[in-house]
Amino acid sequence: MKVLINQLPHDLPEGASLAVALVRIEARPPFATAVNQQFVPSTQHASTLLRDGDDIEIIQPVTGG
Amino acid sequence: MHPIDPDDALVLYGQRFDSRLLLGTARYPSPAVMEAAIRRARPAMVTASLRRQNLGSATTERLPNAFWELLRQLKVPVLPNTAGCHSLQEAITTAHMAREVFATDWIKLELIGDDYTLQPDTLNLVEASERLIKDGFKVLPYCTEDLVLCRRLVDVGCQAVMPWAAPIGTGKGPVNPYAMQMLRERLDVPMIVDAGLGLPSHACQVMEWGFDAVLLNTAVALAQDPVRMAGAFADAVAAGRGARLGGAMAEQHAAQPSTPVLGTPFWHQN
Repeated sequence: MKVLINQLPHDLPEGASLAVALVRIEARPPFATAVNQQFVPSTQHASTLLRDGDDIEIIQPVTGG
Repeated sequence: MHPIDPDDALVLYGQRFDSRLLLGTARYPSPAVMEAAIRRARPAMVTASLRRQNLGSATTERLPNAFWELLRQLKVPVLPNTAGCHSLQEAITTAHMAREVFATDWIKLELIGDDYTLQPDTLNLVEASERLIKDGFKVLPYCTEDLVLCRRLVDVGCQAVMPWAAPIGTGKGPVNPYAMQMLRERLDVPMIVDAGLGLPSHACQVMEWGFDAVLLNTAVALAQDPVRMAGAFADAVAAGRGARLGGAMAEQHAAQPSTPVLGTPFWHQN
């Protein structure tokens, strides 16, 4: 299946979890995630199954005002 | 410089802060300058934000998050923001992500309604605040100096509000002194002036008006000497607070000699 991760297309196995996706793309802590604009806490990464076309955001701390 | 009065702490959501200055972390010439400015200003909190993680494979992109490491070393409370959010859902989702990353319930709620002025979306800000407060956040909403808006924010549970002095990054200082002073007069919650200050005198002025704290970023970061400017702002905030507590004299129309007239040598009535 195809998903978007930070606006870039990725191919993942059918039924892959968010945890699998994070390992696949080598996400580096600290980070937080959202799928289709809904926050997914780290405690639910493994149980959150992705679907074709999902839009995943992975964010990290940066400077800000 | 800027001595802290332990009997005059800033209290937000029941938490005491020894400083009445909040400082942003963006736009400094270097991380080292940012760190030195923070150490000089000794702010109550520093703001931070969230952006997409770069998932590229270049060597520099695999380095540890240096900003994160610096925040941990500084041990200053972090106030994450929702900068750049334009919708209710974006702001709420970003706030939840910030809570997990920064391990804090504090959130500077920015919900932008106009990209040119960066004016807050005043129509959706109240609902966003209400939902986040129900989710357990300590919301500090970036808002305008509109009295009714600020009152509504308090009504839904905001224990402090953050009116702008002028659009973000302009450095103009308070562009609507009448409304700001009226707001201070009419609303009895902690108010932090957020955005638009350019000079320490601006910070001192709003503190003299009775605002409880100021939040700065660009005025320090883009100064020719950010570290010195950070100290100047901290001093100005303390001076303004001291002046507020000291109570200003009543302005007079006519001159009144400060030196006693009685017994003036060579004096004669004209």
